[in-house]
Amino acid sequence: MSKIMEPDLQSPLGVTHDEAAGKEWRHPSDNWLRGFILDNRASLGTLGVFIVMMAVFMIANPVVFTTWYLYSSVLTTLPVALFVVVPLVFVVTCGEIDLSFPATMGFASWVFALVVQAGYDPFLGIAAAIATGTLLGFLVGSLVVYGGLSSLIATLGMNFLLRGLIQIINEGKSTALTSLADSWAYKIFSSQIWGIPVQIFWAIAFVVLSALLYNRHRFGAQVRVVGDNPDSAQQMGIDVKRVRVKVFVFVGIGAAIAGTFSVMINFTWWPTAGDGYLLPVLASVFVGGTPTWGGIGTVIGGAIGAVTVAFIQTGVVAAGLSGFYVQFFNGLIIILSLLGHKWNQARYR
Amino acid sequence: MAERIIELRDIKKSYGQVYALGGVNLSVDRGEVVGLIGDNGAGKSTLIKILSGVVQPTSGEILVRGEPVSGWSPARSRDAGIETVFQDRALAVQQTIVRNIFMGRELTGFMGWLKVNKEIEEASRLMREIGFTSKVFTPHSIVGQLSGGERQGVAIARAIYKKAELIVLDEPTTALSLTETAKVFHFVRQVRASGRSILFIGHNIHHVFDIADRFVVLDRGKVALTADRSEVKSAEDLINFMEDVAHPGGLPGLHDAGDAGRAAR
Repeated sequence: MSKIMEPDLQSPLGVTHDEAAGKEWRHPSDNWLRGFILDNRASLGTLGVFIVMMAVFMIANPVVFTTWYLYSSVLTTLPVALFVVVPLVFVVTCGEIDLSFPATMGFASWVFALVVQAGYDPFLGIAAAIATGTLLGFLVGSLVVYGGLSSLIATLGMNFLLRGLIQIINEGKSTALTSLADSWAYKIFSSQIWGIPVQIFWAIAFVVLSALLYNRHRFGAQVRVVGDNPDSAQQMGIDVKRVRVKVFVFVGIGAAIAGTFSVMINFTWWPTAGDGYLLPVLASVFVGGTPTWGGIGTVIGGAIGAVTVAFIQTGVVAAGLSGFYVQFFNGLIIILSLLGHKWNQARYR
Repeated sequence: MAERIIELRDIKKSYGQVYALGGVNLSVDRGEVVGLIGDNGAGKSTLIKILSGVVQPTSGEILVRGEPVSGWSPARSRDAGIETVFQDRALAVQQTIVRNIFMGRELTGFMGWLKVNKEIEEASRLMREIGFTSKVFTPHSIVGQLSGGERQGVAIARAIYKKAELIVLDEPTTALSLTETAKVFHFVRQVRASGRSILFIGHNIHHVFDIADRFVVLDRGKVALTADRSEVKSAEDLINFMEDVAHPGGLPGLHDAGDAGRAAR
């Protein structure tokens, strides 16, 4: 090898030396708007999808969309979905999936119904439900993580297993909880303030707290790192298995709250409670902009995704189309959102 | 004389009948860059694993700051201030620079909430310390947007944050272009300037020659040569020597410290 061909490696940073001199780290707040948009691309994209969708519905039938009842009905059921969509964003970010949450919803709300039916205070019932959800989440998480099973299949199995248990014991019978209507718990968690269903405020508080947990807390930071590069996380001293179990516990807690809210809306517990949420909730997570490969995600986007999915059915019918169009629009929105996010988010490797 | 950070004496490692290392002596002083050169299968990776405590030597002695240590382990290695930056770089590429630097050691306050501003401040300080400044990137930039050399910089900054005294860089420039290699060298020089030591492992002799204060050539599990920078005139000298070790022929002007060189001749 001749001298000429030898690389010049003596000058620091090679050719970029002159440029590098005197350079400083640009402060992130230098251009806050650009930073904000870049940091929140996915959720802003989801918001865009929602706005466009609503605009289309409203143009089709402007009058219906001025009636408050339309929004009020969505705001009653939306919170139930939000309480599971948000923890699922954590699970998907961690590189896992949890399909057992509908059964956890049913199981935890069953415990709630049993406690209330036995004549105890509903607050005690809520505590018991959350304890049940935590336990079930831990069970499912441990099975997946320590059992080394595929979370897709194992949680699907757990969903059938738990739902089956509920069905066997209850033989399909529902439980009416008429005493709930005069309880304090109902006033606090399920009544209306100025015509707005109060559960939406609890759900918003939950979303905000979770978004902070995701972006500004050690838990969220470790969930993202584990989902991104588990080997690296392990090497840097993170207990990867523990973090993974924790996200399943979080889903369990969220599902318990969601199940309890759904019972409080209807004053009735059905053995099928939660079943109908499986697909809309999953769709919300991905419509919201959390990619399937793990490492990144967006809680706020997931929440907006849940709002979008919740408004599809209402919007289609309100726009004057028959109910047969609902599924078609569901699919259309999901596919369009995924295409949009693929274009909007680069995947780094 | 500078403080001796670590010294390996007569380290042997055998896997069954096969000798990976047959009596290796290696030491690193404070503030020095030692270049460890060797072909594939020369025993470089075994030596690194022994240094980081992942693998136990079959026999031999390990001294930390002149004191012999027993029960060498990954934890002991970390306590001694040895930090290994592995080839795959072990970064989470979809996360920010800050998140990578504080991976597993998040700066938290009340109830585990992150001290975001403190982390940025500290990350900026670390990056400045290794000479990683940029108008394009901030500590909030995603690692996936950085080039290969810059990613090495993040890995080195992370190692420094652990209060490392000796940073072992395992083939840090192997897959990199010239410009990127120059960047890594810039970081390495900054780290040395801060009084830390570096063990730079590579099989590209030109790269190692340009950065190291001292060379250790490993060949078939033995040290074939140790030489100060002043003793080697050019990279060609080193290449000639290594060829000589591989194909005995004789090389004047170099004095070898290992057995293999002599044995080969």
